[in-house]
Amino acid sequence: MRVMAQIGMVMNLDKCIGCHTCSVTCKQTWTNRQGVEYVWFNNVETRPGVGYPRQYENQEQWQGGWVRKRNGKIKLKSGGRISRLTKIFSNPKLPGLDDYYEPWTYDYDNLISSPTTDTTPVARPKSLITGKDIKISWSANWDDDLGGTYETGHKDPMLKGIEDSVKFEFEKSFMFYLPRICEHCLNPSCVGSCPSGAMYKRSEDGIVLVDGDKCRGWRMCVTGCPYKKVYFNHRSGKAEKCTLCFPRLEVGQPTVCAETCVGRLRYIGLFLYDADRVLEAASTENEQDLYAAQLDILLDPNDPAVFAQARRDGIPEDWLEAAKKSPVYKLAKEYKVALPLHPEYRTMPMVWYIPPLSPVVDALKNTGNDAEDAKNLFAAIDTLRIPAQYLANLMTAGDVSVINKVLKKLAAMRSYMRDFNLGNDFNEDIPNSVGMTGENIYDMYKLLAIAKYVDRYVIPAAHQETADKLEEAMAAGCSVDFTEIPGGPNAERKPVPIALETFHLTKKRASAESFDETLEGGE
Amino acid sequence: MLNVFWNSGPYIVTMIFIVGMFWRYKFDRYGWTSRSSQIYESRLLRIGSPLFHIGLLMALGGHVMGLMIPASFTESLGISEHLYHLVAVALGTIAGVMVVFGMTILIYRRRTVLRVFQVTTKMDKLMYLVLGSLVLLGVYNTIGINLLDLPGKYPDGYNYRETVSVWFRSIATFNPKAELMKDAPLTFQLHALVAMALIAIIPITRLVHIFSAPVGYLSRPYLVYRKRTTKKARRGWEPTQVG
Repeated sequence: MRVMAQIGMVMNLDKCIGCHTCSVTCKQTWTNRQGVEYVWFNNVETRPGVGYPRQYENQEQWQGGWVRKRNGKIKLKSGGRISRLTKIFSNPKLPGLDDYYEPWTYDYDNLISSPTTDTTPVARPKSLITGKDIKISWSANWDDDLGGTYETGHKDPMLKGIEDSVKFEFEKSFMFYLPRICEHCLNPSCVGSCPSGAMYKRSEDGIVLVDGDKCRGWRMCVTGCPYKKVYFNHRSGKAEKCTLCFPRLEVGQPTVCAETCVGRLRYIGLFLYDADRVLEAASTENEQDLYAAQLDILLDPNDPAVFAQARRDGIPEDWLEAAKKSPVYKLAKEYKVALPLHPEYRTMPMVWYIPPLSPVVDALKNTGNDAEDAKNLFAAIDTLRIPAQYLANLMTAGDVSVINKVLKKLAAMRSYMRDFNLGNDFNEDIPNSVGMTGENIYDMYKLLAIAKYVDRYVIPAAHQETADKLEEAMAAGCSVDFTEIPGGPNAERKPVPIALETFHLTKKRASAESFDETLEGGE
Repeated sequence: MLNVFWNSGPYIVTMIFIVGMFWRYKFDRYGWTSRSSQIYESRLLRIGSPLFHIGLLMALGGHVMGLMIPASFTESLGISEHLYHLVAVALGTIAGVMVVFGMTILIYRRRTVLRVFQVTTKMDKLMYLVLGSLVLLGVYNTIGINLLDLPGKYPDGYNYRETVSVWFRSIATFNPKAELMKDAPLTFQLHALVAMALIAIIPITRLVHIFSAPVGYLSRPYLVYRKRTTKKARRGWEPTQVG
């Protein structure tokens, strides 16, 4: 056993109203730069829907993630090392800009500078890639709120096997929102794909990062990631991805997407896991057993044996304390209501989702029944096959029984707590029927429904002894620390000139009078 | 004059190259990339790029063979001059055709696909000019002189292994013999000249990606763990002066 710590996230999908605040604040923070105009480290998809980039879940097309070989070992779906190096001159499975969308802005200047005209001047859409007029025909959330899903919905790869039923049910359509960031997997296939070794998993907190100085722009990580959450900056020629806002986490703040979430549906905390068994778990034969295997390598922070080993493996005390209070561990492993997204990719994703009960509740309400009665809800979960099967395709490799168990726990919480709030007698049969106790249910209710800030985010700061070196903390740093000492701590990275090539690109961009100017060649 | 050039030129170019590469690595590691444009356009690139790159690698292999291995060595292995020449011309012709064909597609793509053309820098254009001339001269030397004997002077092909190759090795052993280059056909001399120009500009172009061939990938484990860096990163802003 080798204990490692991983910062994980849980999103409670029942609470997501699809407002895209997380996407917007993330974009403002991280990707409001040239080269990544089309990039959303955080995006929100309406499901059923094709997602962003379009149909990214169709791994027969994009070849992301790992597959199990006949000998029981796993390899990258896009091929072995040698075969992938032979494809280095043009990656055959790279999504093009049009698979994402062509980003655009509006010619706002025309609103002010237009001469007097009979008609109101308009701000025409301009491509952010070519600067030319474009006809907007797709974006990162084009099918938001099922907009256009009538035409594109059947292209959702997760509808395979249930297409007919969903079409049939379309009048009574169900939908929910799926916010997505990088999964910061325990077995990241992007890291496994990188020819340069520029991608890595931080051993302290498990955050998956790209070393921009080592990245050579081979784009294999984009193919390797089955979630398509590594992006290619087309101006700098480097890979970029969600950093889990590590400068914030290091000083104990939640990520920007979590902090700004108006639904307060995100939870951040620690997992302790057995690093020695990751590969074994990822190689589990049956795809539907991968979820259980993933749960199995998550270690109980209250187990003295785990605790002792974690100490030996150098995990600091405050981190171990935080692991005990971790909301994500409770939701994923204790209550077992949070599920990984697409365990069948064998990447062991560490952003977990509580499947939404609301499609079921809504359907039940529409029939005129009491949608908070435990019996009604349980019966509805068993009969409403379509939403459950769809959720199973997303979160359990198609195993509906797991989804049903989770939904019933959520339903039990609803009914049990209604009695609590109305001052009725508690019906202990309700929690018992889903294998929980009233106390469990109440704790889960506090975490999910009350969801206090301090309960949602249990983030231990990075090591105290190096805290002054953290980026976010530098704002408060002492200026003396920056004095240049030859061979001192700053000698490694002095302010540096940039190469001619990139220098002129940067200068041009910074000094351009208009958007068009920034597009004209390099120098 | 020419003697001086063929004697000292290679050393100057090598110095420019070494210093330039060191400078680029030291100060612009973030700019060290192939600056792929595949995300803009993939269909033409899928044909042109492998043709061009594999052709170039073949040509490079041919140059290593032809320039570095003395004729006496291949002969001692029982490979006659005629056989060597035959194989070299055959493979060289294939490589040359691949490179020219691939490069034509790539340049056509760069010029006609607006998205790609807009991110083409002046340095890219210079690089295309130098590399393009180098390729055309090389192809002419292989196909025009050694295969077809267009000048009509070299019915058995020009035996560069007696002159150019010896000169090349004389540079490497710090005993330059410029007089060997003087009598080579003009296009061979020009080819060597342009090659030196290309080597000199490599550090300031996207060609640096040649030196990032990821061979280490074959032997490293799939997963990479790294400790959080505690090195102090350079601050991207100036502190406000208080008081």
